[in-house]
Amino acid sequence: MLLIPCPFCGPRPELEFRYGGQAHIARPENPAALSDEAWAEFLYLRDNTKGVHAERWRHIHGCARFFNMLRDTTTDRILTAYKTGEARPEAV
Amino acid sequence: MERFSGLSLLRHAFGGHQGWKPFWREPEPKPAYDAVIVGGGGHGMGAAYYLAKEHGLRNIAVLEKGWLGGGNTGRNTTIIRSNYLFPESAALYNHSVKLWETLSETLNYNTMFSQRGVLMLAHTVHDVQVFKRHVHANRAAGVDNEWLTPAECKAFCPPLNISANIRYPVLGGALQRRGGTARHDAVVWGYARAADAMGVDIIQNCAVTGIRRDASGAVEGVETERGFIRAPKVGVSAAGNTSVVMAMAGLRMPLESFPLQALVSEPVKPDFPCVVMSNTIHAYISQSDKGEMVIGAGTDAYTSYTQRGALHVTSHTLDAICELVPMYRRLRMLRNWGGIVDTTPDRSPIIAKTPVRGLYVNCGWGTGGFKATPGSAHLFAHTIAKDEPHPINAPFSLDRFTTGRFIDEAAAAAVAH
Repeated sequence: MLLIPCPFCGPRPELEFRYGGQAHIARPENPAALSDEAWAEFLYLRDNTKGVHAERWRHIHGCARFFNMLRDTTTDRILTAYKTGEARPEAV
Repeated sequence: MERFSGLSLLRHAFGGHQGWKPFWREPEPKPAYDAVIVGGGGHGMGAAYYLAKEHGLRNIAVLEKGWLGGGNTGRNTTIIRSNYLFPESAALYNHSVKLWETLSETLNYNTMFSQRGVLMLAHTVHDVQVFKRHVHANRAAGVDNEWLTPAECKAFCPPLNISANIRYPVLGGALQRRGGTARHDAVVWGYARAADAMGVDIIQNCAVTGIRRDASGAVEGVETERGFIRAPKVGVSAAGNTSVVMAMAGLRMPLESFPLQALVSEPVKPDFPCVVMSNTIHAYISQSDKGEMVIGAGTDAYTSYTQRGALHVTSHTLDAICELVPMYRRLRMLRNWGGIVDTTPDRSPIIAKTPVRGLYVNCGWGTGGFKATPGSAHLFAHTIAKDEPHPINAPFSLDRFTTGRFIDEAAAAAVAH
């Protein structure tokens, strides 16, 4: 089980969290103008990174807030967690 | 290829079993092939076999980064069934079950396919309604499936606890009698042996590191750890690593890779007569011919390539099994492991051409690819050879995520999502 460093509550067990998928996927600014291909890309295409992955988590059984985290998907080692809205940090 | 039979067994017995030959050669990769399959699991090895057997493509190679069948083929719980809800899926998985039924004879290799029945348990009113809908849909589509009352479930699988005072009592079950299990290694070894006999080069320990494309964008060949291999057709059958391989050709995939865990108990005497699955409480159990209880657990919440997962996922499944089959509370678990499964947004696979000419992909089998091995391999070979999908796999295209023509089996898949 991962020990996840919530930026608001500190390290807490994974069971308190919900995974939110790849981070930094911006909602389209003008959805009505989006082509089918652009919708497919926004909704379904994912990097599925093998290596350092930026991902969203939500501390659902804690502060209930979303945040982002860098984790290496080849080892599951967590590199850092940061608040939503902040830029992705350099991989440590 | 030496034909296996009772007689050959007897003959080798007189020779002290010293005369058995390796099942396949270990050739050096040639500089060029007519087609290359990336990934030597059941699906990839099978595709090479059907390319050689049914489409006459014999100058082909299978490139495997590790050893044959060492990925998800060797990590699944070997459940075979075809009781899917939608006509597209039922047709796909039933195509596979039909091929399973004759696979041992076709390959002259015992895949130990055992149609012992797959019983899917219902624990809630919602389960009952959904499963009955499945039963009716399947029967209308010519796929066998029948509804059992709790007492009939108990009669079919005596170890079950059907008492009313457990947390999720058994309210009934959907039984597919043609479903069952097969020996995972035997499938890929059988395909490998038969493909090798037709001249297919099986190259293990040879990871693909790049996909080279020419000026027009078409596939030219693959870069590997053992040099460049030219091939006008490349079929990617790389399961959890599909996104990584496809990125080498510049394609992003509608896939996410999750660890899926399984475990086996110490071997005990034959006791559990069928396969029992319960999506609601996450219990999947059957008994191998060696006597081990083979138990499927769930996926971890996050994407990963580690081939391992967290203990709370497996203990959750064991909780469910201890309640469903109380006498297994004293059973000790021997091994647990994880495999990396590539899941699509609609939980149905992709067997398709890609926007890159000469590049084909068979992926997205998620938590339930083993059952489809022969059918998937057969259809993928057809897609590669003809450069167009077979009618059965035509709906399982890559562009359905753009057109919106999903085959949304999420509610029907084996593992609750």
